[in-house]
Amino acid sequence: MLRPKLTFLDRLYLPQILAGMWTTLKHIPRRRFTRQYPEEKFKLLGKYRGAPVLVRNQAGQVKCVSCQLCEFVCPPKAIRLFPGQRDQAAPVEAKIEKEPQDFVIDMTRCIYCGMCEEVCPEQAIFLKKDFAIAGYKRTELQFHKDKLLELGGVHEDPICKWKNK
Amino acid sequence: MSESTVNLTIDGRAVRAVPGTNLIEAARLAGIEIPHFCYHPQLPIAGNCRMCLVEVGLPKLGADRKPELDSQGQPLINFAPKLTIACNATVSAGMVVLTRTPKVIKARRGVMEFLLINHPLDCPICDQAGECRLQELAVDYGQGCSRFVEEKEHKPKRTPLGPKIMLDDERCILCSRCIRFMREVAGQDCLGFTHRGSRSTLICYPGQEPATNYDLNIVDICPVGALTSTDFRFRQRVWFLKETPSICPHCATGCNTVVWSREGVVYRQTPRDNPAVNQCWMCDLGRLNYKFINDPNRLTTPLIGGQPANWLAAIAHVAQRLNAIRATGGQIAGVGAARATTEELFLFGKLFQGLESKLLDSVPRSGASDKLLLNSDRNPNMRGAQLAGVAANPPGHRLAAIADGIASGAIKALLVLGEDVTSAGIGPDLLAKLELLVTIDILPSAMTQAAHVVLPGASFAEKGGTFINAKGRMQQLNPAVASPGQARPEWQILSELLAAVSSRALRDGQPRAANAWKKPAPDFPNLGKVFAAMAAEAPALADLTLESVGAQGVQIKE
Repeated sequence: MLRPKLTFLDRLYLPQILAGMWTTLKHIPRRRFTRQYPEEKFKLLGKYRGAPVLVRNQAGQVKCVSCQLCEFVCPPKAIRLFPGQRDQAAPVEAKIEKEPQDFVIDMTRCIYCGMCEEVCPEQAIFLKKDFAIAGYKRTELQFHKDKLLELGGVHEDPICKWKNK
Repeated sequence: MSESTVNLTIDGRAVRAVPGTNLIEAARLAGIEIPHFCYHPQLPIAGNCRMCLVEVGLPKLGADRKPELDSQGQPLINFAPKLTIACNATVSAGMVVLTRTPKVIKARRGVMEFLLINHPLDCPICDQAGECRLQELAVDYGQGCSRFVEEKEHKPKRTPLGPKIMLDDERCILCSRCIRFMREVAGQDCLGFTHRGSRSTLICYPGQEPATNYDLNIVDICPVGALTSTDFRFRQRVWFLKETPSICPHCATGCNTVVWSREGVVYRQTPRDNPAVNQCWMCDLGRLNYKFINDPNRLTTPLIGGQPANWLAAIAHVAQRLNAIRATGGQIAGVGAARATTEELFLFGKLFQGLESKLLDSVPRSGASDKLLLNSDRNPNMRGAQLAGVAANPPGHRLAAIADGIASGAIKALLVLGEDVTSAGIGPDLLAKLELLVTIDILPSAMTQAAHVVLPGASFAEKGGTFINAKGRMQQLNPAVASPGQARPEWQILSELLAAVSSRALRDGQPRAANAWKKPAPDFPNLGKVFAAMAAEAPALADLTLESVGAQGVQIKE
């Protein structure tokens, strides 16, 4: 293809530079969009989905019953569950019988899709707003049960469906 | 009369069935599924779940006992005014069965609603979820929400029925399959219902617990999660598990099984239907005999003199030592376990043919037999070992000669395939006399302690191959999981050893570095080749191929 034939003004380059400068100058009085992340955090909307965590109920019990539906539904296979039996000596809601021995979410794989939260029949897993999870090692990013429960805290459960079973 | 059949119509499809066939089985012939809970083909009919209700009509007969015809020449059908349970109705000539009419669907929805009234919503913690008939049929015939506003009936949960089974009475839908199984098949009439109506409860007679060798079958036939196996309880959800058809290696019956595994871990074994062998049952001894597969102590690397080595070096070492011993006139003996597959035993026999030794045998292993499935011969493949020429007839009678040969110093090398010979008359004192003891095994034992070379093999769930059961039925194993570490199927080890022993480079008996030896291509690179060679030599296997053994096995010629 032939090159376009440049006029004198084109070859001077000055009009182009001035046009570019004008675009820049136009933005100076406008509202700023750029944020000074990470010093300045984003304001996240209500339904923003971040990293999943596990919760306890108000009685301090792990809500997860290790049904493994989240493990099944997880598209990037980030969740790994090791089911176990709940300590039957525990007085409250002993009918649940099951509790995970370990619950591992690989945050290097998690895509924050929220399917685990949606599929959970026990409201035991929630997506919080944390999205920038970093670590020095990959193993640090494999969150185990204790860490996930610590991040999740307590979820007030108005129904407590196992109580009257 | 047994040869005669009757013609009937099920949902417009013509079906030909033997008289006496019930409608569930007849519909299955036509590819129509009639939902049911209490019916089980191997158990007496109870007819208490009412899920299999269908409309049944018979031809209207005139005064001359001939079917009356309508204006189109079709027989007139008289439908019964009420629905009939398909499990307890047998086929008859000209019968018309309708399984999907609105009346039938309505009845099934009603039955489901009643069943679900008191059924707890335990699915997230119930081990049956995923293979639960109630769950499946609730999808087909259940309602989204319950009309029942009263309190659900509460019954005992978590009742142990002996050490193997856990009973949850709330989940029980009172189908009575377990009661009938324990009474009719296992022969211990220990389960029954107490109370009435919705308070009916499955219990075990006081002071008793299921204590037969077949108890865990009631866990399989329980359509819901009322009976769960303590062994499998809460270990893994069934939908993650891969099903591999296999054969139980516990005794010479060779029950057909399914091995359930996930990511290299075997979680359970369940029986697989085979009318010629085990119907649909298996014994608990066989069922729970899978834990050695994932034993953390499994042998994972070849060992030469207790030191880890690679396969090339180990195979070359064994071949060189065998040739050297043979060159100096020492005898070589072998003991091949009748727990190995027929192909492995065939290659083992072939190896000894090449070494011109007839000092071969298997160790007989027996235990108490019951009248059902458990065979007194605890070797799954003694027939195969005899067919391959490894086991003597009767098995084990050459073992004494081998022991004497080792004691006198005539036998200088012993090859052992998957067997612990220290319990078969060849004690550690005799093993210490050998110049070369090679053992191919999967777990450490007194043998692997004493052996000069240890070659790690594969368990039954990690390899293909065939077993021949006590009745001469050849059945196939399938690989379900991968072997740990460098362990590999015994037939591969033997096939390479066979090639190495006859390789010229290793024949002169001069020690060489392992890397100076070029591995020859084995004659038997795959199992099909081994089987073909075996079928060519053994008249009992003439015209058979590995494929033709299939999922249900074949009876071999006597």
